[in-house]
Amino acid sequence: MTELTSLTIAEARDKLASKEIKAVDLTQAYLDAIASANGALNAYIAVTDEKALSMAKASDERLAAGKGGALEGIPLGIKDLFATEGVHTQACSHILDGFKPKYESTVTQNLWDDGAVMLGKLNMDEFAMGSSNETSYYGPVINPWRAEGSNQQLVPGGSSGGSAAAVAAHLCAGATATDTGGSIRQPAAFTGTVGIKPTYGRCSRWGTVAFASSLDQAGPIARDVCDAAILLKSMASVDAKDTTSVDLPVPDYEASLGQSLKGMKIGIPKEYRVDGMPEEIEKLWQQGIAWLKDAGAEIVDITLPHTKYALPAYYIVAPAEASSNLARYDGVRYGLRVDGKDITDMYEKTRAAGFGKEVKRRIMIGTYVLSAGYYDAYYLQAQKVRTLIKRDFEEVFHAGVDAILTPATPSSAFGVADENLAADPVAMYLNDIFTVTVNMAGLPGIAVPAGLDRKGLPLGLQLIGKPFEEETLFKTAHVIEQAAGRFSPAKWW
Amino acid sequence: MSVDLATVKRVASLARIAVSEEEAERMVGELNGILGFVEQLSEVDVNGVEPMTSVTPMVMRKRTDVVTDGDKADDIVANAPVTDRNFFLVPKVVE
Repeated sequence: MTELTSLTIAEARDKLASKEIKAVDLTQAYLDAIASANGALNAYIAVTDEKALSMAKASDERLAAGKGGALEGIPLGIKDLFATEGVHTQACSHILDGFKPKYESTVTQNLWDDGAVMLGKLNMDEFAMGSSNETSYYGPVINPWRAEGSNQQLVPGGSSGGSAAAVAAHLCAGATATDTGGSIRQPAAFTGTVGIKPTYGRCSRWGTVAFASSLDQAGPIARDVCDAAILLKSMASVDAKDTTSVDLPVPDYEASLGQSLKGMKIGIPKEYRVDGMPEEIEKLWQQGIAWLKDAGAEIVDITLPHTKYALPAYYIVAPAEASSNLARYDGVRYGLRVDGKDITDMYEKTRAAGFGKEVKRRIMIGTYVLSAGYYDAYYLQAQKVRTLIKRDFEEVFHAGVDAILTPATPSSAFGVADENLAADPVAMYLNDIFTVTVNMAGLPGIAVPAGLDRKGLPLGLQLIGKPFEEETLFKTAHVIEQAAGRFSPAKWW
Repeated sequence: MSVDLATVKRVASLARIAVSEEEAERMVGELNGILGFVEQLSEVDVNGVEPMTSVTPMVMRKRTDVVTDGDKADDIVANAPVTDRNFFLVPKVVE
């Protein structure tokens, strides 16, 4: 028998429906895989064995009765940012010490309503602030990929590093993730997995721990484009509990796979060719262009002139929103509390002990740029630049471009505890240089594996689409996947 | 623009984060690194450009102003570090 954990969601779904396999066995196979791998990879920070098996048992009963949902019996990992009732939910921060919500996030509820099984909660950068999963209170996640002939531990990217590593190492069939500046697409690219950040408003933010509310968006990380399409269909919904949730029907994304690219116009933005970018990335990009051309798409050169300002504008807008969102962690209503001589002293000591270095840094930047006298120079200026970034995209789409092809990241996965990156926060921020524009403009973006670099590490391409046209991204990414093939790490753990 | 040690301490106090002398000194360098990076935004001509308020053109959905939730005091205080009879407890704030 082939290993149950090697099945994609689409494959497992068919075998479950035809009763060739049982949900309980599938779940048990993943729990066993987690038990043997997690010591090395640290992808899960809480495993919900009992809950998983009881959910799987219920799935088997529904499948037997012919009442299975779209994800019936499919075992998933959930990023620690999503509130899961009665289960560890801490955004991988010490400040939410012991927090177990009394409610379920809309995204996870949608998955359970469709029959999915929860395996546990996945590691991430603290409050989703990071690009390497090294800011987690629970320690770094280790990338299942290693360079050829090397034992060096690599990061899986971040902030959804646990999600990406768990999917790549087959420790779940698929995972939920979130993306504020690249947190789905960059880890997907670093692990040879597929990750889509849908249009802002496509997935409800209700019950997802807030980082930067105008940028945060949930999406899946999966082994292939088809699984990502299946997961997004279930995660997305119209939700009265989130006023920014968009009132549009959720299409059947899977149905868009295999559609022709004939007549499509793919834009290639010259601003994404940055100084110091490895030649391999440029080669990969050219290869992607060739694949799409072969599939019948027309390739056009485009310009997005404000691209270089997206990252600096992000590092004003995101910390500003974070400083406001994270004001709620005060040692009174939930989580950690450190006693002090008066209430202010209690607040200050609690927040000093509860937040990690990167989170403190961003709260400080956010507080500074919103403080009296600096608001206009920083925050207002950044929001105006954001309008210009979005306008760049609108003009390109207005001129007939259907989707934009770019590299997903400026490099492949780097080493854990990289000294240069640790010493310079801005160098770490540059990881998101190709992904952050998409969040600033609220657009959908997908990262799809397209090849390996000379060290044998995966590299991804990114496709950016028009608002709410995720279907275009799925069908185009599927063409790249068909041409490039799929990539799996050699098992060492 | 750049920050000095006094500004870092003032911002930490506004953010309600206790910082040691050593941390504050380290933050001066880090924050100035980030502020130096974002400085390039000032070269963008934003004349006549409206600041973004919403990435998708949408009218915020509103619901009828009625009570739809409640009666779950136990749930609300369930995760609080210190409570008494469904009240959150804090250090004394009124003399």
